[in-house]
Amino acid sequence: MTRSRLLWPLLALVALLLLNLVFTPSFFALRIQDGHLFGSLVDILRNGAPTLLIALGMTLVIATRGIDLSVGAVAAIAGAVTCTHIATTGDAIGGMALALGLCAVLGLWNGFLVSVIGIQPIIATLVLMTAGRGMAMLVTEGQIVTVNNDVFAKVGAGFLVLPIAILISLAVLAGVALLTRRTALGMLIEAVGVNPEASRLAGVRSRTIIWTVYVFSALCAGVAGLMIASNVNAADANNAGLWIEMDAILAVVIGGTSLAGGRYSLTGTLIGALVIQTLTTTVYTIGVPPETTLVFKAAVVIVVCLLQAPRLTRTFRVPVPQKAGA
Amino acid sequence: MTAPPLVAPPREKTRVPLTSRVPSRFLPVIATFVVFVLTFGAGSIRYEGFATGQVVANLFIDNAFLIVVAVGMTFVILTGGIDLSVGSVVALSTMIAAATLRAGWPAWLVILAVLATGALLGLGMGVMVHRFGVQPFIATLAGMFLARGLCFVISVESVSIKDGTFRDIALASIELPGEVAITYGVVIALIVVAVAAYVLHLTRFGRTVYAVGGSESSATLMGLRTGRVKVGVYVISGFCSALGGLLFSFYMLSGYSLHAVGLELDAIAAVVVGGTLLAGGVGYVVGSVVGVLVLGTVQTLISFEGTLSSWWTKIVIGVLLLAFIALQRLIVRRQPVK
Repeated sequence: MTRSRLLWPLLALVALLLLNLVFTPSFFALRIQDGHLFGSLVDILRNGAPTLLIALGMTLVIATRGIDLSVGAVAAIAGAVTCTHIATTGDAIGGMALALGLCAVLGLWNGFLVSVIGIQPIIATLVLMTAGRGMAMLVTEGQIVTVNNDVFAKVGAGFLVLPIAILISLAVLAGVALLTRRTALGMLIEAVGVNPEASRLAGVRSRTIIWTVYVFSALCAGVAGLMIASNVNAADANNAGLWIEMDAILAVVIGGTSLAGGRYSLTGTLIGALVIQTLTTTVYTIGVPPETTLVFKAAVVIVVCLLQAPRLTRTFRVPVPQKAGA
Repeated sequence: MTAPPLVAPPREKTRVPLTSRVPSRFLPVIATFVVFVLTFGAGSIRYEGFATGQVVANLFIDNAFLIVVAVGMTFVILTGGIDLSVGSVVALSTMIAAATLRAGWPAWLVILAVLATGALLGLGMGVMVHRFGVQPFIATLAGMFLARGLCFVISVESVSIKDGTFRDIALASIELPGEVAITYGVVIALIVVAVAAYVLHLTRFGRTVYAVGGSESSATLMGLRTGRVKVGVYVISGFCSALGGLLFSFYMLSGYSLHAVGLELDAIAAVVVGGTLLAGGVGYVVGSVVGVLVLGTVQTLISFEGTLSSWWTKIVIGVLLLAFIALQRLIVRRQPVK
């Protein structure tokens, strides 16, 4: 089952990579310079790191039948807080810690709205999505805050053979995979996604689990925000992480995690994030005019979604109406 | 022989709480209206010249396109779906209108083409949602990318509209009594609202919309044509977005790929503030209109204040959203289990 779900996205990824190879024979070339690995593949990994990280948090949220629309705004807030702090005190570590602390609070807020008040996730996080950018602009006072700090620049643009950004994302991926698949946590998360009430009655602390995934998602968004801001050495409250929530959700869905909750695939998310980033890179390398990027992206998304669509394979059966959510 | 006079039985004097006199399904709409009156009242106390007919008229003039878009969104949300593509479809409509007018098409053909494109995009998304079981969020997200992408394909730069008919419609104003002027856009928006209310409450289609939002499987089992409705609401939303796009192109007299970025969020916010449940099945188009007016008033207030920066609008809209969701939550909790 898992294999068949991952088949199409994997084929899409391979097809995209081969397409690149046809247009640019040197696409797979990697070279080491000054102890750094360079090449188009490395670029894909580096640019895809924030999306991958956010998609990881999103995967767990979606597995509980939720969704987190606020991640882009949270990423903008994290960048804004850090850069403002660095600009005033020059303390990068403190700034990042402050930003991540704030992100955890924002995640607590989302989790509170969803798990305690019982608001639908899409609308609960829409509040922060709308207000969050306003808050980020409040922090930066509407300006683009530029910083020049070596420690901070490492997060998004630094190298440790591979780009540090992707190392962080992969480390988080490995951590989450270990934590949720080697312990019962993953099963509990899926149980909550299938039926929060039933799992509560079965003794699962649904509320705590829902709360945890939103905090985790906000923290991932925070770190991704740091990467984005550090990559350009500036915090742009308006445009940092704009629409990244959509990319992340797409990555999760392309990876075969159902928005109806109850099951998730971290490997799928990794593939999904890579597909999205490869897609963007492909558009540039094969010389598609940049203005058609979005059409191209939409086409791929539609094709992948339709191929995965449950009803395409059983159109001969009477469609059973499904009602997600309650 | 005279009949004994009909005497009404003595009324009980006990105070009935408001919530049981007014059906609770109207409460969110009433609450929205109260908030509108309060925000507007606050504005008129604070600023001279706020409480004039023209400021109210301007609310409609500036938000006519948003009203139309929010009406379409209401249909989709009533069935429990969501349409993220509206902002992009609005942009695409302005772009198609501007580009085809520049190419010398007659105005009526342009309007037809724009409306047909919107409805067609909606149809595509509806088919994806219904026929292939793709989640509305994802299907309309793809639609959003597609429509925005097509804008860029048409032109990266802003195209101004110089066509005579369009300019005439855009710049004409209708004088109302009391020295208030409105545009044709407002008239169109109000007609759309009236038609939408008629369709929702007095036609089979409208009742099926509510039924699908209440419980899709029950509606199907009752023999209602849920499939038609589920596709239909996306067509309506696409059509409304295209019409909203036309109004927007009257308003801006230009087509631009970056018009109406994030409009879908404003529309969703207006619908939610207007008392429609995102889970579907509960809500009114009138609520969405008042929701748009509330958002418009907040913006007007902030521009009257002058010293407040534009980002406060976003924060205030977020807080308003939160307040209304909390209110709905309270009402839903009080109701007996369905």
